[in-house]
Amino acid sequence: MGEQLYDVIIIGGGPAGLSAAYSAWQNGAKKILVLERDREAGGILQQCIHNGFGLHHFKEELTGPGYAQRCYDLVKDKEEIEILVDTMVLNINDDKLVTAVSPKHGLIKVQGKTIILTMGCRERTRGAIRIPGYRPAGVFTAGAAQRMVNMEGYLPGKKIVILGSGDIGLIMARRMSLEGCKVQAVLEICPFSNGLTRNMVQCLYDYDIPLHLSHTITAIHGKDRVTGITAAKVDEHMKPIPGTEFDIDCDTLLLSVGLIPENELSRGLGLDMHPLTSGPIVDQHRETSITGIFAAGNVVHVHDLVDFVSEEAEIAGKYAALKAMGKMEDNVADVAVEAAGEVRTCVPQHVRAGENGETIRLFMRVRKPMKHVRLTVKSGADTLLSKVLPVAKPSEMIAVNVPADKAKGHHADWTVSVTEEEA
Amino acid sequence: MTKQADVVVIGGGITGTAILHELAKYNLRAILVEREPELAAGTTKANSAILHAGFDAPEGSMKARMNVEGNKMYHDLKDELNLEIRWSGSLVAAVDDEQMAVLKDLLKRGKDNDVPGLEIWDGNTVRESEPNVSKDVKGALWAPTAGICWPFGLALAFAENAVINGAEILRECTVTGITVKNHSVTAVETNQGTIETKYVINAAGIHADEISRLAGDDSFYIHPRKGEYILFDKTAQKDLVYCPVFPTPTKMGKGILVCATTHGNVFVGPNAQDMSDDEKENTAVTIPGMDETLEKARRLVPNIPVGATITEFAGVRAVSSTGDFVLGPSAITRGLIQAAGIQSPGLTSAPAIAKYLVDGIASEMSAARKADYKKGRPAQPCFRMLTNADQKALIARDARYGRVICRCETITEGEILDAIHRPVGARTVDGVKRRTRAGMGRCQGGFCGPRVTQILARELNIPITEVRKEMSKSYMFYDKETQSGGKA
Repeated sequence: MGEQLYDVIIIGGGPAGLSAAYSAWQNGAKKILVLERDREAGGILQQCIHNGFGLHHFKEELTGPGYAQRCYDLVKDKEEIEILVDTMVLNINDDKLVTAVSPKHGLIKVQGKTIILTMGCRERTRGAIRIPGYRPAGVFTAGAAQRMVNMEGYLPGKKIVILGSGDIGLIMARRMSLEGCKVQAVLEICPFSNGLTRNMVQCLYDYDIPLHLSHTITAIHGKDRVTGITAAKVDEHMKPIPGTEFDIDCDTLLLSVGLIPENELSRGLGLDMHPLTSGPIVDQHRETSITGIFAAGNVVHVHDLVDFVSEEAEIAGKYAALKAMGKMEDNVADVAVEAAGEVRTCVPQHVRAGENGETIRLFMRVRKPMKHVRLTVKSGADTLLSKVLPVAKPSEMIAVNVPADKAKGHHADWTVSVTEEEA
Repeated sequence: MTKQADVVVIGGGITGTAILHELAKYNLRAILVEREPELAAGTTKANSAILHAGFDAPEGSMKARMNVEGNKMYHDLKDELNLEIRWSGSLVAAVDDEQMAVLKDLLKRGKDNDVPGLEIWDGNTVRESEPNVSKDVKGALWAPTAGICWPFGLALAFAENAVINGAEILRECTVTGITVKNHSVTAVETNQGTIETKYVINAAGIHADEISRLAGDDSFYIHPRKGEYILFDKTAQKDLVYCPVFPTPTKMGKGILVCATTHGNVFVGPNAQDMSDDEKENTAVTIPGMDETLEKARRLVPNIPVGATITEFAGVRAVSSTGDFVLGPSAITRGLIQAAGIQSPGLTSAPAIAKYLVDGIASEMSAARKADYKKGRPAQPCFRMLTNADQKALIARDARYGRVICRCETITEGEILDAIHRPVGARTVDGVKRRTRAGMGRCQGGFCGPRVTQILARELNIPITEVRKEMSKSYMFYDKETQSGGKA
């Protein structure tokens, strides 16, 4: 392959990358390239064989591979879309020249008019959260264990403890139970669960798996293979309380302690990053701090539903296509979108407002679980949006639209806040 | 099965492998036995990875002599064996007048030990060199001959060269007894059979006293002293240091330092905890240990980027009851040669220890040098370090160099295959990690671990359920049907 020129080059062929490719195609891009590291497109969905995907996006309940297939079917026979698998991107420079490598094509360099970053995220490890104890075999991130069980056909162990009540941890609690393993306990350092409510019910309660909130692990035992762990209750600063320790017998510890957007390429590019989302700072089109480089999905901020990932990727695909074709509207103002009050993060972090006005979709996460809250979007003193939500919790992303007619012309910085209403 | 040898080396850490490398230069039948599936699986894998200049140990001690000599030898060995060493220099920082006085003592001791180039710097000079060092640091001892290294890489390089030159390495070979007749060693008994030999070199690390006792010599004992480390991502280097920065030493050792690795990571540690004798295998990291390590490291570099932590680990140092290395022939059992009590500066001293001991044996046995001794070892391809043109050429030769398995460190399948099939190849997931860095990055093997496991199973022709993390019983996966794991 020579140094070919593409309208849009998409880094990562998971749901974000595939959805972005389809959207770029729908919006008129003529030459689209998707670079995927794994042996097939589909990303992490390939190992998520449970159901519950696609209710929003495809209006039907799908498994992970089913959802991936839907995304793939939309792009696979398009002449304008090329997908290279088993291909790892090594470098992207700010002229949008991409260097990648694969066994089939060797080292390749491809030039994009625009680029969309859709690399997804990775799991936080044992080391990152400093769990004390030995370093035996049998400590896995939940996702690594999931791949082995669901795609490769092996068990990570038989007697399991799971640290962290994030969705992957909950799903794996059920998965291991279905495989005939004994899930001894799920431990969560926060006083609340970090998973979707439906996963708490369907994966823990339905299988009588004990959940210990406000607990963590103070030691991993076993020199060669895990033989057990010591758990302890934590205080309000998340420090273990002496005297509350108890041992749990297990041969495996699965970690579901958070996801980190995979932004090594973004950092290599020198994109402006957001300290709380750990992803690039983007505008409403998902364009980053370098013009023509877009980002979408878990690389921008970790989502809990793939449906929202697709939705966000479609935005990026559309505007990358328009940009490549020189059809982007000139912006008249750059307006900051600030997260305030109990809103921890809000994407996009800024809006580039044009003359025509457009609907602005905001994705946000709150700091703590709350009931009966009012969500407000203000531009200066003007209220653009105000609505009441029955519940808000950190584990469930909130998405709202600021309608075009409301968004238009409000060039004072926006503030997005959530406050608890009196019952 | 009975084997014959001239010399049996017990222990496949840095000391044992350096000794085997030296023995392989002679017409001697040398066999190294290692209890674990991988070499460098004990103290060698969990230490500060520093090639010390040699000013710490008192003049006249074995530690001082071997340290300075070993440091010099590594300057030559680096090219000969293609070792990963960076001659970074090192700093010992002082925060008050009392400590500044200690630096002067160290400077004098260093000069007595023939350490070249030592200088005392003032605080500003220190911060010009290492801008993140605390404002409280008043001065430091600069040792230009110190370096940082890739410790398992050194041990493996010694082993590979030895094997190329006819030495034998038996892994998962546990010593069960040493036969002594008329106060002379005649054989080593192992789980893989008897090895008849006149010489046994005891390089068994924290277990060296037990091995010595098997041969009837109880003249010393080894006391375990644990040290805990915290390792940071490469992104943290700009906030930390480029060379080792030590505090002023105390009786317990050189103290908790802040240091870079040869690959651009940074770490802090080790603390020093004296363990009871039944805790030689205790490599568990602890909350108080990590807290202590961070707190003390902050005195040298105040802003430690804790969020960039990628892993923690602990090693156990082999502290001898004699206060010095225990080197040379046993006074009790003929043919038993001690290389024991090898704590810091053991890594630095290893080639000097090897030469010292092997010179003795070779002259006693009147062994001749091998006429056809081959220097060096096979080149180890490193995809990420190559130019694009060389990367293309490598992939053209073998397409598997085009498949990236470890995305954090950009390690290709070709490199993993090389690690498995080169001399003394990797047998475990951590063995692959220590030869290639696959799994050493920020995701700590989350993505590549399962794939490395599959490659190992395929290449070693074993079921996935028999692939191990590192230690002999560290099986990773179970069969779904039978729910069984490990080796039947």
